[in-house]
Amino acid sequence: MPPKKSDTRYTKDHEWVRLDGEIATVGITDHAQQQLGELVFVELPELEREVAAGEACAVVESVKAASDVYSPLAGRIAEINETIVEDPEIVNNDAEGEGWFFRLELDDVDSFEELMDQDAYDEFLETL
Amino acid sequence: MTESLLTTPLDAWHRALGARMVPFAGYAMPVQYDFKGEMAARCKGGVMAEHLHCRDKAALFDVSHMGQAMSHGAAEALETLVCGDMIGLKPGRQRYTLLTTATGGVLDDLMVANLGAKGFFIVVNASRKDVDFAAMGASIPIARMDDRALLALQGPAAAKVMARLGPVAAALPFMGVARTKVAGIPAIVSRSGYTGEDGFEISVAAAAAEDLANRLIAETEVVPAGLGARDSLRLEAGLCLYGNDISETVSPIEAGLTWAISKRRKMSWDFPGGAAMRDLFDNGPVRRRVGIRPDGRAPARDHTPILTPDGNETIGEITSGGFGPTLNGPMAMGYVRTDFSGDGSKISLMVRGKPMQATVVPLPFVPHRYVR
Repeated sequence: MPPKKSDTRYTKDHEWVRLDGEIATVGITDHAQQQLGELVFVELPELEREVAAGEACAVVESVKAASDVYSPLAGRIAEINETIVEDPEIVNNDAEGEGWFFRLELDDVDSFEELMDQDAYDEFLETL
Repeated sequence: MTESLLTTPLDAWHRALGARMVPFAGYAMPVQYDFKGEMAARCKGGVMAEHLHCRDKAALFDVSHMGQAMSHGAAEALETLVCGDMIGLKPGRQRYTLLTTATGGVLDDLMVANLGAKGFFIVVNASRKDVDFAAMGASIPIARMDDRALLALQGPAAAKVMARLGPVAAALPFMGVARTKVAGIPAIVSRSGYTGEDGFEISVAAAAAEDLANRLIAETEVVPAGLGARDSLRLEAGLCLYGNDISETVSPIEAGLTWAISKRRKMSWDFPGGAAMRDLFDNGPVRRRVGIRPDGRAPARDHTPILTPDGNETIGEITSGGFGPTLNGPMAMGYVRTDFSGDGSKISLMVRGKPMQATVVPLPFVPHRYVR
């Protein structure tokens, strides 16, 4: 069952996070993919890598530039979405669904609650 | 950004079309567009789509940030500044040439057109215009034309579009130039550009720029394109970007621009830095500009270190790098030690701390389609 929109949390670096038990799914927001334009290359972190909150662990490249993707929370990389490496356009077409980047086994599940909810992220976008 | 940006005469026009404006060489410039309405039906916008539209039909670039000037100086005096043949540049002809430094570097690359009795029409890079015009002004009279706009119409449909709006311009040969009218607007038009495609650069009074731009995009083949597409197009065409691929510390001989030093001037080397260039020409430079194809899909950007294939020794640096939409893969230009500059040479690129295999390839990445 797809999670409700309100179950999604966001970062100021334009990542989204969805929680399922102790596993968080992470991607970049639709706003981020729009700003980046057509992606031509995605690099994902290695499985089992331990990442800190705010650590750069993936890279997206458009025709024009490369940008880092940060892990919103601390944890261990449990799964990566190889399909977006094969076809980066999936991120442009469905950034907050099929275009997810990686799944993270969280060090601290409660940390999820500290991230922005949809309303807070929308408000943040207004300030940009 | 504390300093306020300059704007081109098309600033409001870009914004109305959905441009994303970015600072470039002191100007607010469109990097790409999010098209709306009828224009969105022609092209969805974005660097990739604008690039592909230019190669497929025609794109309109605002390059009004570039420096334009007229000079009534003698060709002989102009030749004391640049390495090209200006005495042999006939009326109605334009030439790509280089302003060179006393030490044999490149002060700027530029276009010089002979407008006959009107003098020489000169177009230089935006980031260099103050430097260039000051340097040139010491030897020849320079009348800056800061009240002019410059539009580039580029692509395989450019000539067809121009035939409807300016038949005289449409009949120009490659690197031909004429004072004529486009859509009834007095203009200086050359058959040239910086995308590798056929096309025109059109200089008009600033006050007429919006009118001309609207007349051009009223033709259904044409969509506006931003600096993003301009950069990926010129890189696919293997053309140098001043400040990246050429600079005051790079010799034209190293840059593979020896062809821009005309035959007669290669006999005399009588231009700034000529002696240093002659030495490199005779003895061969230690580094050369080359085309590079990374093996995988990851682009390697400018300043990426170039190493031997085993990654043990640094042999150069990328000066322009990105993804080619028409090439459908990553591409780069850079300088490598001469023993690695031959086509097919294997090299590696240090991208995010990891060596990536790559091959030296001939330029351009995408064949030029100039009219001949």
